[in-house]
Amino acid sequence: MPRPPKFASVGAVRRSFAPWADPDAKPLIRFENVTKRFGDAIAVNDLSLDVFEGEFFCLLGPSGCGKTTLMRMLAGFEHPSEGRITLAGQSLAGVPPYRRPVNMMFQSYALFPHMSVEKNIAFGLKQDGLPKDEIAARVGEMLRLVQLERLAKRYSSQLSGGQRQRVALARALAKKPKVLLLDEPLGALDKKLREETQFELMDIQHELGMTFVVVTHDQEEAMTMADRIAVMDHGRIVQVATPGGIYEQPKTRFIAEFVGDVNILEGNVLGQENGLWHVQTPSAEAPLTIDDPDEVLHSGQAVAIAVRPEKMVIQRNPPGPGAVNVLTGEVWDIGYLGDWTVYRVKLASGAILRVTLANRSRFVESPIDWDDQVYVTFAPDAAVILAE
Amino acid sequence: MTRRLSLFNVTSLVIGFAFLYLPILLLVVYSFNASRLVTVWGGFSTQWYGALFRNEALMEAAWVTLRIALLSASLATVLGTLAALALTRYGRFTGRTLFTGMVYAPMVMPEVITGLSLLLFFVAIGLDRGFWTITLAHTTLTMCFVTVVVQSRLMTFDRSLEEAAMDLGAPPLRTFFSVTLPLIAPSIVAGFLLAFTLSLDDLVIASFNTGPGATTLPIRIYSQVRLGLSPEINAASTILIGIVTLGVVSATVLSKRSLLRSQRNAH
Repeated sequence: MPRPPKFASVGAVRRSFAPWADPDAKPLIRFENVTKRFGDAIAVNDLSLDVFEGEFFCLLGPSGCGKTTLMRMLAGFEHPSEGRITLAGQSLAGVPPYRRPVNMMFQSYALFPHMSVEKNIAFGLKQDGLPKDEIAARVGEMLRLVQLERLAKRYSSQLSGGQRQRVALARALAKKPKVLLLDEPLGALDKKLREETQFELMDIQHELGMTFVVVTHDQEEAMTMADRIAVMDHGRIVQVATPGGIYEQPKTRFIAEFVGDVNILEGNVLGQENGLWHVQTPSAEAPLTIDDPDEVLHSGQAVAIAVRPEKMVIQRNPPGPGAVNVLTGEVWDIGYLGDWTVYRVKLASGAILRVTLANRSRFVESPIDWDDQVYVTFAPDAAVILAE
Repeated sequence: MTRRLSLFNVTSLVIGFAFLYLPILLLVVYSFNASRLVTVWGGFSTQWYGALFRNEALMEAAWVTLRIALLSASLATVLGTLAALALTRYGRFTGRTLFTGMVYAPMVMPEVITGLSLLLFFVAIGLDRGFWTITLAHTTLTMCFVTVVVQSRLMTFDRSLEEAAMDLGAPPLRTFFSVTLPLIAPSIVAGFLLAFTLSLDDLVIASFNTGPGATTLPIRIYSQVRLGLSPEINAASTILIGIVTLGVVSATVLSKRSLLRSQRNAH
């Protein structure tokens, strides 16, 4: 029975901005069946991808998944072994890096050590042969944008990590490229600075209306900044979706486990009833009831049920008689994080669940303790079925 | 590590340095000897330096040596830098190992053999021996030293700097001159100084390939010493030692500074 899609607006999505949902929209960057081999190794495997103008796009994946190679092909430092890449409809084949309307912010920042901050920022503009006063004006504008006016005459060896990151950003932005590529832009910064800078990058992108393509292995970074995320593994794209789509409706077990924390319950499909799936699992006595109508499954099929820790409820009292999805176990470990408490619950089957609870009040009358017998429940629509 | 100097440390230090530098020190001291007898101290005097500058044969030899050193060091710097670039930049091309070995070979080859083979070569192609044959021979000898010095700098060179320059719109040649060259310049200068110094004090290869009108200072000194020691030669040698020391020390300082700089920017 057809039902309206449940996950139309999950996460913090700009509702007014979704060119990928518009069938008439022309992508700015298009990868068509791109393969890249290094000798025998395949870095990128028959990959197709569209990125739209004005998008903040994240390539996310573990190291060695091919995300950096993909970006370097866009910058022109590597060339596809097969397939083609187009930018605004123009093929990029044979266009050297210095003729592409694309600029890159390098992971190491790659600031020229023999030039001052302002000379670094002016470098790209000089290559274009702009008049001196125009260059000076643009450099000033960039310095203001990244708030480094006072450090214009400094050299990179005299700057802190955060300041270098800003210079690298200003230098890459100075030519107002169609696409800005950022390779692990925040990797070298400490946690606090990283979070601030994430929001700053978003503001700058919004202000300039530029297309940003970011490579990162940090899922939190991708979730915070991106309009859409492409999760990569072994040279292929596993899923392209909004952060909310990736988190709430992961397509595979790899994505569910790579992005955020997740509990996986393995089992076998019993059948469907009123649009709800029943799945038998060794982790619970009664079959689980899962509301994931988009999946096409058959009876007896082995599946994995993915439930996020914050979508589970933990309690000491047995739930009412009509309750579904009840798992019983004992508290194995408790981690108090201030805002959250993490409970690790050991089920009778031996599986360990991770359940998080927001600490909404400062005092709890009788808190759940180590070795307590507990009941863990979750709503049918809190879980996602992943075909094995 | 302990900073205290034990008796053992001091003794071995003194003996070691004495072993290395006492003969040279003696030569320098005797260049200020007032006596004509080389082995008898007759009081302090700078007269031999004066005599040296009036000795036309020696001054002529010094001038030839200097021109050869400048020219061959310049040639060796260009060739050596290009070789270093090729060896570090073009990955694993066919014959790379062989090429590397062949570039380094002149460093370990006995000078007599290098000199002799160059002589045979020049005779075979009918090149008259003289100023140019020595210059070419010295270029052959010294370019591998330049390669070693420049290559060690290029190994630590962050390639993303060049990529950044290209990404910002600089074609390869402009990238080389505006980013690569300024950053490796100290090591190139160090290589030049090393080549210059090596050419300056070479006797064996020069004497194989010399010809009429191209007597270098080491050849002149050597032939004069065979006729008998003279304090003038001590003075000439002292000046030569001074120049060589200056060259080697500045080469070391330059390459060390360039390496430090690359490390500071690498983190």
